[in-house]
Amino acid sequence: MKARIVVTLKTGVLDPQGKAIEAALSSFGLEGIGGVRQGKVFDIELAGTDRAAAEATLRQACEKLLANTVVEDYAIEIV
Amino acid sequence: MRAAIVVFPGSNREADVARALRLAGADVVTVWHTETTLPPGTDLAVLPGGFSYGDYLRCGAIAGRAAAMDAVRDHAARGGLVLGICNGFQILCESGLLPGVLMRNVDRRFICHRQLLRVERADTRFTSAYAKDQVIDVCVAHGEGNYFADPETIARVEGEGRVAFRYCDATGALSVDANRNGSLNSIAGIYSENFNVLGLMPHPENFVEDLVGGTDGRGLFASLAA
Repeated sequence: MKARIVVTLKTGVLDPQGKAIEAALSSFGLEGIGGVRQGKVFDIELAGTDRAAAEATLRQACEKLLANTVVEDYAIEIV
Repeated sequence: MRAAIVVFPGSNREADVARALRLAGADVVTVWHTETTLPPGTDLAVLPGGFSYGDYLRCGAIAGRAAAMDAVRDHAARGGLVLGICNGFQILCESGLLPGVLMRNVDRRFICHRQLLRVERADTRFTSAYAKDQVIDVCVAHGEGNYFADPETIARVEGEGRVAFRYCDATGALSVDANRNGSLNSIAGIYSENFNVLGLMPHPENFVEDLVGGTDGRGLFASLAA
């Protein structure tokens, strides 16, 4: 099994990097982009086959290290 | 005063803070991050500046979960003093010893310049050698020093008088220009609930000798060693 974890900044938290990327895209003349928020993706190989156990482990990984829940949200997808 | 400086892979200001502490009269030892205890008799644990673990994941995130941080957490819980400077402040926030988080500077640039700070209170173990509202001249050098916390946390920190230093101008006034990294309420440093843990982004250890341009940083180390 594999998992993908996406960590994003919470709504309302200032994202200077996202703003810079947004400005760069608009400088290329690309139209129709209303806003950019930058996040992180973690692709994780899972050793077992128990989805529920894997999800619990990944949740711990997010809470303990992968996300700073003061400013970040995370989403776990097992594929 | 016995100080233990915890060194992580990528720490680079441990020698400067050791020197500042020794000038103030402290005994200083360094502790590698894999140690699970601090030396017996440690009064002060110090987390120095630098780029622990190359700032991978988030600044201070990996160091904040190192073995030695459990020892620092126990030391703090017993009322022991803890000082985190720059990356050390980021580590304290990531480890949960201080609230909030240090985000990317608002203008996205690494800033490195002299910086005036207003001393918010002089009745703590870290600032007794200063006067309340004194303006001190130190410096900053960081890319992620933009202090952020949710409104409830900010209200609590402010309400409990836990802001240690704020970025200010020469008159001690706060302004957007003086607050280059964009920190909420111009916060440059905060205390823990019991005022035994201090984290700050600026570098007082850089300014303890006239030879390098100033001595306003001495007060912090003199307060600790007093």
